[in-house]
Amino acid sequence: MTSSLALLTGSTTRRRPTLWVLVPAIVVTLCMLIPVVYLFVRAAQADVAEALDLILRQRNLDLLRNTLALTFGVLAFTTLMALPMAWLVTRTDLRWRRIVTVLAVVPLAVPGYVMAYALLGIGGNYGALARLFNIYISNIHGYWGAVAALSLYTYPYIFLNVRSALLGLDSDLEESARSLGYGRLAIARHILLPHLTPALLAGYLVVGLYVLGDFGAVALMRYEAFSYAIFNQYSGAFDRIYAAWLSIMLLALAMSFVFMEVLLVKRRRLNSVGSGSQRPAPRAKLGKLAPLAWLYVTVVVLLSVGLPVAMLSYWLLLSPPDLSVFQQVPMTFLRSASAALPAAVLAAAMALPICYLSIRHPSRLSRFMERTVYIGYALPPLTLALAMVFFALHTAFFLYQTLALLIFSWALATLALATGPIRSALIQSRPNLEEAANALGYSPAATFFHVLLPRLKQGILAAIALVFLFCMKELPITFLLAPTGFNTLAVTVFSRTSEGMMAEAAPFAAAIVLFSSLSVGMILHREKNL
Amino acid sequence: MRKSWLAAATLSASLVSGIAAANELTLYSGRGESFVQPIVNQFERDTGIKVNVRYGDTAQLALLLQEEGTRTRADLYWGQDAGAMGSLAKDGLLATLPSRVYDDLPAIYTSRTGQWVAASGRARVLTYSTERVNAADLPSSVFELTDPKYKGRLAVPPTNGGFQAFVTAMRVQHGDERTLEWLKGIRANEPVIFRNNTTSVQGIADGDVDFAIVNSYYLPRFVNADPNYPVAQTFFAAGDIGNLVNVAGIGVLAPSRNKDNAVRFIEYLLSQSAQQYFTSVINEYPVTPGVISNPVLTDLSELLVLAPEIDLDELADLPGTLRLLRDAGLM
Repeated sequence: MTSSLALLTGSTTRRRPTLWVLVPAIVVTLCMLIPVVYLFVRAAQADVAEALDLILRQRNLDLLRNTLALTFGVLAFTTLMALPMAWLVTRTDLRWRRIVTVLAVVPLAVPGYVMAYALLGIGGNYGALARLFNIYISNIHGYWGAVAALSLYTYPYIFLNVRSALLGLDSDLEESARSLGYGRLAIARHILLPHLTPALLAGYLVVGLYVLGDFGAVALMRYEAFSYAIFNQYSGAFDRIYAAWLSIMLLALAMSFVFMEVLLVKRRRLNSVGSGSQRPAPRAKLGKLAPLAWLYVTVVVLLSVGLPVAMLSYWLLLSPPDLSVFQQVPMTFLRSASAALPAAVLAAAMALPICYLSIRHPSRLSRFMERTVYIGYALPPLTLALAMVFFALHTAFFLYQTLALLIFSWALATLALATGPIRSALIQSRPNLEEAANALGYSPAATFFHVLLPRLKQGILAAIALVFLFCMKELPITFLLAPTGFNTLAVTVFSRTSEGMMAEAAPFAAAIVLFSSLSVGMILHREKNL
Repeated sequence: MRKSWLAAATLSASLVSGIAAANELTLYSGRGESFVQPIVNQFERDTGIKVNVRYGDTAQLALLLQEEGTRTRADLYWGQDAGAMGSLAKDGLLATLPSRVYDDLPAIYTSRTGQWVAASGRARVLTYSTERVNAADLPSSVFELTDPKYKGRLAVPPTNGGFQAFVTAMRVQHGDERTLEWLKGIRANEPVIFRNNTTSVQGIADGDVDFAIVNSYYLPRFVNADPNYPVAQTFFAAGDIGNLVNVAGIGVLAPSRNKDNAVRFIEYLLSQSAQQYFTSVINEYPVTPGVISNPVLTDLSELLVLAPEIDLDELADLPGTLRLLRDAGLM
């Protein structure tokens, strides 16, 4: 009765969500709080004097300054790489735009530690340049090394965001501005930039949180950021209390990024209403500037894609490893995938009730639930992993060092990634059909499986691909939580490279890049505008 | 000679493997995969016992074992240094080994309580750049490294087990106060912090640093791959704590339910072929007699003259060393 009424009025907000949705959503939210609760329990084990001593160390201030400097450096560099690139592929007559677009997204498939090793391998007296061409440049490390490594593989996030914002932008707006006599620069300043800001900020948030949490690239570049200090406390000292305090400080920093983005976007979104016309924006003619544009594209692609591929080949060819090394690759890949795929499916399954609730039944509770999923993403992976180690050791020992715990932790870390595509798929599919199905006597479960799920298929697949990509490259969570002997591609690459066995690591790194590229391809394939 | 021994081992192993096939061992290894996995694979082939290895840093895994306590799933712990072994033994986490395992070993290679044995020996050395360091710049004592002429030129891996054991030995010989003073002096000399021994040696080749204090067996691997590798290693003056001779130790965890197989693994490491592998391939020192010596290594008798006299059982205070490293600002 109530449902047919809802069908008539088209209103869904008043209806109470069924327990089928509410209960899973609450369970997911509670799961998300596990690492946070454990972090605080651990930190509270220090007595007050000890805690103050740990918090007020001069070193923490240095770490904070280093971490902030790194974040802003990376944001500046990624903007320099992503913004012109996105404009070139959406608004100019650049040739081979599709190929350039794909090449600009492929760096997502390169793990940060591989990028860092590639950078470390070129320079130095014993690096590739010195040994192949007798060119001696000093090794890049420390701050600039970390900025370079992180920028080169995170810039696609900003590129993708800006690109879709440019594609979705109402071209009528620019046209009317032009007819009113605005010049190109004025249009860029008054129309393009303000409308791109939300996309830029969203990209900045993703990249900023990545930078805070990354430890592979930072450790290899020997740059003392928070995440590296946490790893050192763990690996050299296993000091859980100091590690917990460092983690809380880093979490606070991450959450401040999240809120900053919310505040800035809220102010901006007021003037960016309207969904954009279907008419593609006119493309600027590059003319004489074309060679310059190509130079730019070539440099960015060579650095971000060419460099890691070239260094992997160099190591493989320099001292080709035993055939037996290659024979391990398929098994290791299957091992990685056998954990990453369930994690991807689990993350998508956990994202579903949360997204459904927040879109079909918006309320204060559902909004709260939707925000909690960002905890997993905002928590640096290493911190999340440490929290789960302690959780398993002290509360759920049956889970300790099991595959289930690894999969579960990956799902917690990637839930926010999974909600994105599922959320937009839900928004695009109108609720009327579900209500009609309800009115026709379909049970909630039948409605879900026969009506809703088919319409969300694309979104769910994209979510699975995103999470899969993350897990295949993921290092800290795997490192701490994987069952003994469960060496994934990422762990193998990291442990071999840290022993200086570049050639023995290269086939595994190549496998990560190859298969991650396939999931990148899947994500892009979904888009019509490519 | 070696081949026939291996064949005999395989044959005898295959006779018992029918019983042991279902068995599995869990090994926590503070030693790198490249050193450990070949011998583990060989053990698996010879005995049919599967060994799952968890790799990590020596201190990290020792403290993880302390955290896990009696609930640990590990059967064996293979640490990079005597200090970590001693600290586990002190906490009652290691089982007492049957005396037949260590009866034939020289006394310096077993703990007095029989809870762990050495699997191989190694020395601490000073590695340096052959391109940027001349003989006059080589210090005769590790204490000289705080001299301003080494400013910014030294690699230090504070989270590495071998380095931590060396600091513990310095505390045993020279006291906490002098050790802390040295650590602070090193810190003031702006060392370059590396993750481990391998990356420290690579740092010298790449020109990032000129000196590193590491274990003796890392450089030979690079030199074997490239005879012109631009790094060399040397000892400090005889008796200097910088020449500490340490061991990689192995013990059985007290809660283990596979103690018999775990002991078999230890006996396997002490077998002639495994000892020969440590000596010839890993460039370490054997703990049992009768192994053909490695021409790359300083002779064992000469090494014993250079080494300081330290009782390896005394290297157990890992937490105290970590505290000093933190106080000095190196961690």
